[in-house]
Amino acid sequence: MDIKSLINDAKSLGADYFPMLLRKSAPKFVTESGNAVYGIVAEFSETPKVFKAAKQVRDAGYTKWDVHTPFPIHDMEEAMGIKTTKLPLMAGAAAVTGVCIAIVLQWGTTMVLYPTLVQGKPFDAWQPFVPIMFELGILLTAFMCIFGMLALNGLPRFHHPLFSHERFYRVGNDRFFIAIESNDPNFDPIQTKKLLEEAGGSDITLIEDVD
Amino acid sequence: MSDMHPDQSIALQASGIASAQPVSRSQPIIPGSKDDGTLSEDPGLRAPLVIGDRSFDDVTNIVCGYAEAPMPKIWLTAFTIAASVAAIANAMIFYLIITGVGVWGLNNQVDWAWDITNFVFWIGIGHAGTLISAILCLLKQNWRTAVNRAAEAMTIFAVICAGIFPGIHVGRAWMAWFLAPVPNANGIWPNFRSPLLWDVFAVSTYATVSLLFWYMGMIPDVATLRDRAALRLHKGVSRGFKMPMPLGDGLALHFMPRPDQLRVLIYGIMALGWRFSSRHWHRYEKAYLMLAGISTPLVLSVHSIVSFDFATSVIPGWHTTIFPPYFVAGAVFGGFAMVLWLLIPLRMVLPNFSDLLTLRHLENMAKIILLTGTMVGFAYSMEFFMAWYGANEYEFAVFANNRVNPAQAPYWWAYWTMITCNVLFPQVFWFRKMRQNPLVIWIVASAVTVGMWFERFVIIVTSIHRAFLPGEWHMFYPTWVDILTFVGSCGIFMTLFLLFLKFLPIFALSELKIVMPQSHTDDHH
Repeated sequence: MDIKSLINDAKSLGADYFPMLLRKSAPKFVTESGNAVYGIVAEFSETPKVFKAAKQVRDAGYTKWDVHTPFPIHDMEEAMGIKTTKLPLMAGAAAVTGVCIAIVLQWGTTMVLYPTLVQGKPFDAWQPFVPIMFELGILLTAFMCIFGMLALNGLPRFHHPLFSHERFYRVGNDRFFIAIESNDPNFDPIQTKKLLEEAGGSDITLIEDVD
Repeated sequence: MSDMHPDQSIALQASGIASAQPVSRSQPIIPGSKDDGTLSEDPGLRAPLVIGDRSFDDVTNIVCGYAEAPMPKIWLTAFTIAASVAAIANAMIFYLIITGVGVWGLNNQVDWAWDITNFVFWIGIGHAGTLISAILCLLKQNWRTAVNRAAEAMTIFAVICAGIFPGIHVGRAWMAWFLAPVPNANGIWPNFRSPLLWDVFAVSTYATVSLLFWYMGMIPDVATLRDRAALRLHKGVSRGFKMPMPLGDGLALHFMPRPDQLRVLIYGIMALGWRFSSRHWHRYEKAYLMLAGISTPLVLSVHSIVSFDFATSVIPGWHTTIFPPYFVAGAVFGGFAMVLWLLIPLRMVLPNFSDLLTLRHLENMAKIILLTGTMVGFAYSMEFFMAWYGANEYEFAVFANNRVNPAQAPYWWAYWTMITCNVLFPQVFWFRKMRQNPLVIWIVASAVTVGMWFERFVIIVTSIHRAFLPGEWHMFYPTWVDILTFVGSCGIFMTLFLLFLKFLPIFALSELKIVMPQSHTDDHH
């Protein structure tokens, strides 16, 4: 048995149990070199222009697309038609969990596991337990805010097809990009390119999805 | 860049990956005055937060340039001194652990002295960072963008210094894990009714949340550093590794990887693959706002809980209900003083720094110093008034005989140092000219930092050095270990801060861009 067949076995086992991780539909669009098409990227140099273009792309009915900007642009979620994130709800759940952990921890240890009488204070006084309930509630909320945000964003993800586009490396500096993915139902190599041109984008490039 | 053809370096600057500091397009200083154009009192005009007519590219080059170009020579000098002092702290901690807390000047009466003074001093300094990033964020104070990153970094480093002291003052430092609620062979648990345990939870929560907040804010900025390094590698223009030397050029080390290769690797891992997507920004901003929302009560709770360590005891001088708000105001006061103390010299040392941290920023912070200093002064007088009005003779004796009266109180000089530094010095900020003079602000900030250390010393030592019976009265004299541990903790703080200046984005780059006029989505601005 060689390594390759072992990997194949593991892959088919994984496909049975975790299909969402492995299943890949056949690419809809392929370049001349045979690589799948990730999408089309257009570059913009000013905030008002990219903001206007984002509205145009939204109105054209695209759903799988994104605007890459060096800083969060005010009202961009509206211009892109992004639904409000569920993150606050998740953070609220984390806060409740943190408070519950603190309740179980404090009552459980000081009243059940090893009942301790301290300074003659009553066992069932809840006041001294408030500070730690508060702190643990905050701690778990903070964890959810950050790790929940990263998870919803699909990060960490160290490789992305966009990173193969050299001009894209200026996105952290002063350039704005609109990227429309090829798995969008409305995607068409010619029409999409035309839309981005009309919206004022420059250096419109087809990005390959190379594994 | 010296080993490069001039045309090439101009081309690089044009393509936005060079780290040379850009020259401002408009003269920021108004001729014949020290005004940099941000000090207008006209309420109809909004002071610019970034001056010198900068583009996004300029701001990126300025901020990334600090982490990419070699630091000024003075950095190396400062780092050498700070790291040596930090080594002293490590030696003192080692000596303490292998010998015992007897190496400090503690005695039966004064069983908390410099250790807890230093703890409260450092944790207080740590409050400004979260205040700037959280409370000022909720209040929509845009000027916070220039100082929040450095202040948050300072918070983390101050909390690290603070964490050392309770950890080592327990005597048997290897038993410090008993602070955590961990099942153990004795079957006993920490006393959850004790403020000292609340303190463990408060400080560790605070350290964790501040660290995460700081890191999250940095993700887009280290992604920018990563992309610039990657672009330089792509274009084949990255420099070789040079070890900085005290004199002359750095020493080229050819066996080392190029700095840009290390940057792509390390910043790349830190940036978690951030790609500036608006869908990500949306969640990121929500998360940031929520973190600001929860950090605000957190920062208020931490110093309140620290004050409970004292306030819930029955020792005259400690047993007062004013402690929580008084401690919080003092923490903000001391923290802002430390931010100013660290950042004002950088305006002279780092190029273009004063275009991002303008006189307006300094003036705003001076106003906060004045406000919180006056609150602290009010707390001092209220505390004294209640000691008299409360008609508890022991409480009044702590103030009159242990602190204030030079004829009877051996620590009168500590009390009056505190009053001078914390209450009198900030009063100069009632005058506009003083608030707008960086040198004056720096001197006041130094005084406040000293005064805040003395405040904690006064609260802790003068309250316990005399108990109810005169036979229990003892003075506290610090030993050389006490002194060197405190000095060493300053070295640890400065070492970490200097490393931060060199290796991380010291301004919140993406947030700075939001407050620039070019970030607006309509053309009217």
